[in-house]
Amino acid sequence: MASEPENDRPRRLALISSKGTLDWAYPPFILASAAASMDWEVAIFFTFYGLPLLKKELDAKVSPLGNPAMPMKMPFGSEGFQNINWPMPNILMANIPGFESAATGLMKKMFKNKGVATVEELREACVDMDVRLIGCQMTMDVFGFKKEDFIDAAEIGGAATFLAYAADADVSLFV
Amino acid sequence: MQIGDILEMVATDPGAMPDMEAWAKQTRHELLEARDEGGKYRFFIKKTH
Repeated sequence: MASEPENDRPRRLALISSKGTLDWAYPPFILASAAASMDWEVAIFFTFYGLPLLKKELDAKVSPLGNPAMPMKMPFGSEGFQNINWPMPNILMANIPGFESAATGLMKKMFKNKGVATVEELREACVDMDVRLIGCQMTMDVFGFKKEDFIDAAEIGGAATFLAYAADADVSLFV
Repeated sequence: MQIGDILEMVATDPGAMPDMEAWAKQTRHELLEARDEGGKYRFFIKKTH
């Protein structure tokens, strides 16, 4: 059960987003927007493969590789058909050209059918609610990103920036 | 919205019931009523600050 804040200081959430696939883009943006809607202070630190989630044009895709237990569901057909979990062997996923974009399309359709906001919409909500979006300087240097590649609301910082913020956080999560 | 105003909200997600309770506790706005209408969940929230 949720506890009430003890004093007038707002609660604080510190998130690290380290994965840039469509499925893994959701948790940080959902948690961040939910916390901000509860008047929490929120910052997300985007590092390694999470960094492209700050790009002006998002192109996050589902990668079934590395998600060996990922079942696929079909966003059409009867309810019974939609409820079937289709196991996807990695060998199949790795070898079929276009599998990633097909899986991405299916997941986007499924989310839309269920009334879930897009990653773009969630990110916009975060910006509107003053969630701090911090791009990792080191990752930018390593992968060759420039600040201009990112949305205007993005700021740049390093590990020390995140740690200074997280030191006073009530909840810290690595995604 | 002004303080004292009441927001009526309808959700289709069953998770909205515990979520709205938690949200009201955190924000200290007053959840006047949470109604399960079978597939629809109706909330009345009073803005307290």
